[in-house]
Amino acid sequence: MSDVLQQASGWLDEGRNVALATVIETWGSAPQPVGSQLAIDGEGNFIGSVSGGCVEGAVVTEALDIMVSGQPKVLAFGVADETAWEVGLACGGKIRIYVEMLG
Amino acid sequence: MNKATLQSLLEARGKRLAVAVVTELATGRQRLVKAANGQGDQLADILEQGFRLDRSGVHQTPEGEMFVAIQNPALQLIIIGAVHIAQSLVPIAAAAGYAVTVIDPRGAFATEQRFPNIDVRPDWPDEVLPEIQLDQRTAFVALTHDPKIDDPALTAALSSDCFYIGALGSKRTQGSRIERLSAAGISQENLKRIHGPIGLDIGARGAPEIAIAIMAEITAALRHDRSRT
Repeated sequence: MSDVLQQASGWLDEGRNVALATVIETWGSAPQPVGSQLAIDGEGNFIGSVSGGCVEGAVVTEALDIMVSGQPKVLAFGVADETAWEVGLACGGKIRIYVEMLG
Repeated sequence: MNKATLQSLLEARGKRLAVAVVTELATGRQRLVKAANGQGDQLADILEQGFRLDRSGVHQTPEGEMFVAIQNPALQLIIIGAVHIAQSLVPIAAAAGYAVTVIDPRGAFATEQRFPNIDVRPDWPDEVLPEIQLDQRTAFVALTHDPKIDDPALTAALSSDCFYIGALGSKRTQGSRIERLSAAGISQENLKRIHGPIGLDIGARGAPEIAIAIMAEITAALRHDRSRT
């Protein structure tokens, strides 16, 4: 856990909606270790990283949904999936990511 | 994560306290556990191992799937000697995630101009070190070659839980250093903790390469099983 939380806390203080995505499991060559975090605000701005760029787009989209539903969610990405190239784990790893509302 | 948990996490980081956030993945229910209170916890073994190995992870428990997020205190590097090698070591350590403090009583060396944007103390180590928490997330290197400065600093480091202690100097310098510290009453067992000559043997030539060798050795001490280092 790094400066991402500090920044996310600042966003909350500004009254923004904030979601937090955390890598909870990895298999194979995943670029970011377990515990890596990405904070997303209501406008889709994000800081931090959960994959080195491969799946951030998909995570941000899910995060915006979660800001509406309020329900946390576990996301899974990996090469086993035919569409993996589009979601984009070109590195060949698999990851699970927990996405939750902050605040 | 609610705001109270977030605030507690940020406070713990400021105070260099080890804490964990346990999340029940099915429900999102969360709790914060301090390492100091981990023993009585229902996940005591998992927490103990997580803190020790600095490893977060998902665990299957009778209550369901739990994500245990470990937040150990930030890594810090204390450098004794605002010397040329220190100037090379600072940016490498910072990039690897260490908060760096440079201590040197020689005011001409310990300047903000030579070490911008980090904590520089133009003081004697034995005056400053009591203010700094030397703990299991701290690496410590003595780079001055000067026993007047290095010896008291190493003495302080050896009485702490620093995960790495290194001292610059040839085998001969290291030999006489061990003799002095031993004569001052430090046990042989404890003195073995000093890595000297400092740094992995990569044939380093010049300050930047020596800095890489030092950072590599610190990383090995941090990440390998402690018994191997």
